[in-house]
Amino acid sequence: MPAKTILSRPVYGTLSPQTGKSHLFVADAEGASAILDLAKKAPDGFFARAHIMFIPDTSRSQFQAALKALKPAQFYEGPSIAAALPRLRQTLANAHMGLRIYLAGTEGLIGQAMQVALEAGIDHSSIQTEHRGSWARRVQCVHCKGITENVTTQPATCAHCGLLLLVRDHYSRRLAAFQGVCINAEDPSEIPQKEEIFR
Amino acid sequence: MSAGTTKLNVTVTDVVTVNELVKRFHFERTDGGDLPTFSGGAHVVVEMRDGDKSRLNPYSLMSSPHNTRDYTISVRRDDSGRGGSLFMHNRVKRGMEMVISYPVNLFSLDLRAKKHLLVAGGIGITPFMAQTAQLAGEGGNFELHYTCRTPALGTYADVLRDRYGKRVNVYYDDANERLPLERLLTSQPLGTHLYVCGPAGMIRWVRETAAAHGWPDETVHYEHFAAPQPGLPFDVTLALSKKQIHVGEEQSLLEAMEAAGIDPPYLCRGGVCGQCETNVVSYDGTFRHNDHWLTEAEHCSGKKIMPCVSRFEGKSLVLER
Repeated sequence: MPAKTILSRPVYGTLSPQTGKSHLFVADAEGASAILDLAKKAPDGFFARAHIMFIPDTSRSQFQAALKALKPAQFYEGPSIAAALPRLRQTLANAHMGLRIYLAGTEGLIGQAMQVALEAGIDHSSIQTEHRGSWARRVQCVHCKGITENVTTQPATCAHCGLLLLVRDHYSRRLAAFQGVCINAEDPSEIPQKEEIFR
Repeated sequence: MSAGTTKLNVTVTDVVTVNELVKRFHFERTDGGDLPTFSGGAHVVVEMRDGDKSRLNPYSLMSSPHNTRDYTISVRRDDSGRGGSLFMHNRVKRGMEMVISYPVNLFSLDLRAKKHLLVAGGIGITPFMAQTAQLAGEGGNFELHYTCRTPALGTYADVLRDRYGKRVNVYYDDANERLPLERLLTSQPLGTHLYVCGPAGMIRWVRETAAAHGWPDETVHYEHFAAPQPGLPFDVTLALSKKQIHVGEEQSLLEAMEAAGIDPPYLCRGGVCGQCETNVVSYDGTFRHNDHWLTEAEHCSGKKIMPCVSRFEGKSLVLER
């Protein structure tokens, strides 16, 4: 867990079973292990009222069997976060109060699923989150507004306009992205060394 | 001057008997002009000067926030209270000049909600009069559930039904009608916020039932409209200002401090906002805590008191004021 640098930098917790009528889990890759850890603390019958949406790491398939063994009422396996989001949006549109939301995995997954939940009128502090796996960031370029996925370096190149961006801890829940600001606006010939720091 | 307690000089422009327990009071600025804007759920503190006594009670604004020409409040007569409501009922007449505070909102709507579920008991209907007017004006999605004793005491039930039709549901105790709380709480779309104002027992019931049905705390809003209760008189030593004060039977500790020229900060005068929290230096006796601000542990610690609503019985009490 990185130190809290500025107020908007998200801080993640540890998933724990909440009182609720039903439970919705959205997780990617290693995030599945956070659901499996919660299952050890969950009361009997908890997963009979649960819906798990899981986006596995494409290179491995180690968690699906364990998640299915929890016998959730619904289990969905999606090919990507982008593919899962419309389904999440639809699920929330049909849901009732009493549904509790749990997000686990990479910052990109937690941020984008939370963005959909916020649009559905959920307060961010009502949502349980736990970070597992990669710290790769979604970054919005403040100059062209394009969003670059899976940023692991500092600085990073904007995938849209090509500017070299300083990736800040300044985070937008509305955009589900960190802010990237041109690092060499004064002198574009100055090119700082890229370091891989968001692993 | 306390934070957020700038005063307004107003004239009573109308006093309307609503039913056998409730009167409505209309205020306009004495110097003409518009009153400050407010949002649904806000209250004002009304100063009642009764000879050498001065009482300050909070009342919810019930007029539309879209109208700042006048403010209206409704006051339920409490024959066993310390006389604030009786003063309003018996002494306040049209044309009288009074002093009220700027509006303060400790019970505001969360406008990120997709829907607002409003639950009122008795005179707890008043903040919802303003909130429904605000929501209706903005095309907001709400439904109101209102429990009261009898049709004759169903303050504004008819007005609300006329304004909002099927969005208003009224339950009369004497007809043995019950608020179907569990059904309501399980059938709301995701993104609904719940608001409750009424007697303390009702607020507790609604909050506990909502929590048991998986409503996150952030979605449940409530307002206790507890005016200070009378009690046995007691003496207090104020350590910082080096004063001895006497708190009368129908006076609050906060009012007694103000009468002695001390000016602690306050906003709600109803035990919810936390502004007047005061440290206890020493005591020998029993606290009568009536606030909803301090935790259970703080109540038991004997280290803090909310002078707006809480009292003391015993030999000595020294406060850091």
